[in-house]
Amino acid sequence: MKTNSRAGEKIAKLLIWSTALFVLVVLVAISAYILIKGLPRINWHFLTEIPRNMGRSGGVASTIVGTLLVTAVAIIIAMPFGIGTAFYLAEYTKESMITRIIRFSAESLAGIPSIVYGLFGFIFFVIYLNLGWSILSGGLTLAIMILPTIIRTSEEAILSVPKVYREVSFSLGGTKWQTIIKAVFPSAIRGITNGIILSVGRSVAETAAVIYTAGSALRMPVSLFSPTRTMAVHFYILAREGISLENAYGTAALLIILIFLINVVANMLVNRFIAKGR
Amino acid sequence: MKININSKLMTQDSKPGLPSSPSGSPLDSRQSVKIKTDRLSLHYGSFQALKDISFDIPKCAITAIIGPSGCGKSTLLRVFNRMNDLIPGVRVEGKVTLDDLSIYEKTVDVVSLRKRVGMVFQKPNPFPMSIFDNIAIGPKSYGIKDKQELNNIVRWSLTQVALWNDLKDNLKKSSLDLSPEQQQRLCIARTLAGEPEVILFDESCSALDPEATMKIEELMVDLAKKYTIIIVTHNMEQALRVSDMAAFMMIEEDKAGRLVEYEKTNIMFSNPKDKRTEDYITGRFG
Ligand SMILES: Nc1ncnc2c1ncn2[C@@H]1O[C@H](COP(=O)(O)OP(=O)(O)OP(=O)(O)O)[C@@H](O)[C@H]1O
Ligand SMILES: [Mg+2]
Repeated sequence: MKTNSRAGEKIAKLLIWSTALFVLVVLVAISAYILIKGLPRINWHFLTEIPRNMGRSGGVASTIVGTLLVTAVAIIIAMPFGIGTAFYLAEYTKESMITRIIRFSAESLAGIPSIVYGLFGFIFFVIYLNLGWSILSGGLTLAIMILPTIIRTSEEAILSVPKVYREVSFSLGGTKWQTIIKAVFPSAIRGITNGIILSVGRSVAETAAVIYTAGSALRMPVSLFSPTRTMAVHFYILAREGISLENAYGTAALLIILIFLINVVANMLVNRFIAKGR
Repeated sequence: MKININSKLMTQDSKPGLPSSPSGSPLDSRQSVKIKTDRLSLHYGSFQALKDISFDIPKCAITAIIGPSGCGKSTLLRVFNRMNDLIPGVRVEGKVTLDDLSIYEKTVDVVSLRKRVGMVFQKPNPFPMSIFDNIAIGPKSYGIKDKQELNNIVRWSLTQVALWNDLKDNLKKSSLDLSPEQQQRLCIARTLAGEPEVILFDESCSALDPEATMKIEELMVDLAKKYTIIIVTHNMEQALRVSDMAAFMMIEEDKAGRLVEYEKTNIMFSNPKDKRTEDYITGRFG
């Protein structure tokens, strides 16, 4: 009986270990394949020149700028609303009809395919608000798309802050607002940042929601009202229309590197400035 | 747990073992009262946790609240800084006074009450920020912004808990890198930074090893020269070592906690009046 259960334990361990290994292998294989195919394309010209000839030649400079701007607009808009809503849900309300409606909406929004956001953004921002295909339209659309993620991850982070931090803050004579700002927020910041990094990754990699809202112009954008083409959209168009598979791989490799860099830099910033205290 | 009354801990205790005054209060007439409860009762919703508790807590001394698990020690302690207010459905009856202030009066500002009555918790729980910020957080929330003034407060508070010399060059370090004992000292310093008059300790040594416990106890005794201290402890030897007064609580059939006996600690431990007190402190139950 004893040996039996120990053998079972071993098999279970092996199974769990091999699933993790399988996932790791798949991830590494995909990244490695794209990097091997794409890295040779990446050089100074590729990074600094705008695409020429539909992307057959030239670089991807304008799509890098477009990607960063669209993502920045999305994060700058979604972050305060998302974090604010999360604090409202976690700290200022008891479970009620309103909180249930907000949570239900957030969860439903999280499950909608991104193409639907794209169509909504096209109809509302591009046409109705007359913002046209622009960085602003794309950013606003992405902001709505990532809002549920930010709300949910932030709320989880806030709720996981030990109750005792709140008690200590109150016992020191803190008010509710001071407690939230000084005791809860610094302890939740890591979880909140994780949600935001996740959202940055989604925004950078999104195609369907931006192709209808930011457009697919290859010019270097000059303002938030300029149309632009993000790297993900550029990759998609290059590959689908068979314009240049080489440049498609180059763009994809760059996209992977960019997401990796964003993760590393964001984590470094959190460690350096927030998690440890000045 | 068996208490050895003849231990050196007991003999080093130099508190005078005068018999209690006939008025019913075990305090000496020359001791001034800092906190007074009068027929205090507390309900969590429909559950009564404290019943008819009346006693006087002396100024600048250590009062220990002891009793079996669940008898309402923490609840009673949290009455004094109104931390129970945070729990929905709590009702307090009777009167609790701090000096001349009836603290459950509607006009009382809870924030300034909590400045006067600080609290140290069971586990060391510094905020995940720097040592400096942990202490400055209270004063900052009272509106002190001047950097020099904050520096002074941090220095003073850390000196009070004997951490200044060890940490003065590392004030920017994360508080989480400190040892548990240092963390608990830091938490005490954080409380002192608000310049309280009373400090509540809820089993504040129970997460520390014996050596660290001893050191924190020494600190409590030292602080009691200037502050009124109330501790909750499960450790009878600790109560005996540090406290001047002891309050023994117990629940009865209705599950409500009552004050069974309140005495000078050395009198209670050498000559308990109530059979239940005797059973508890000699380790026969609880
Ligand atoms: N928030 C609460 N809501 C309802 N009942 C509570 C609450 N907190 C404590 N109680 C109850 O009040 C009684 C006293 O609890 P309290 O925590 O004060 O006991 P204690 O003497 O400190 O126990 P311990 O020695 O285990 O810390 C217990 O029966 C407990 O279940
Ligand atoms: Mg307790």
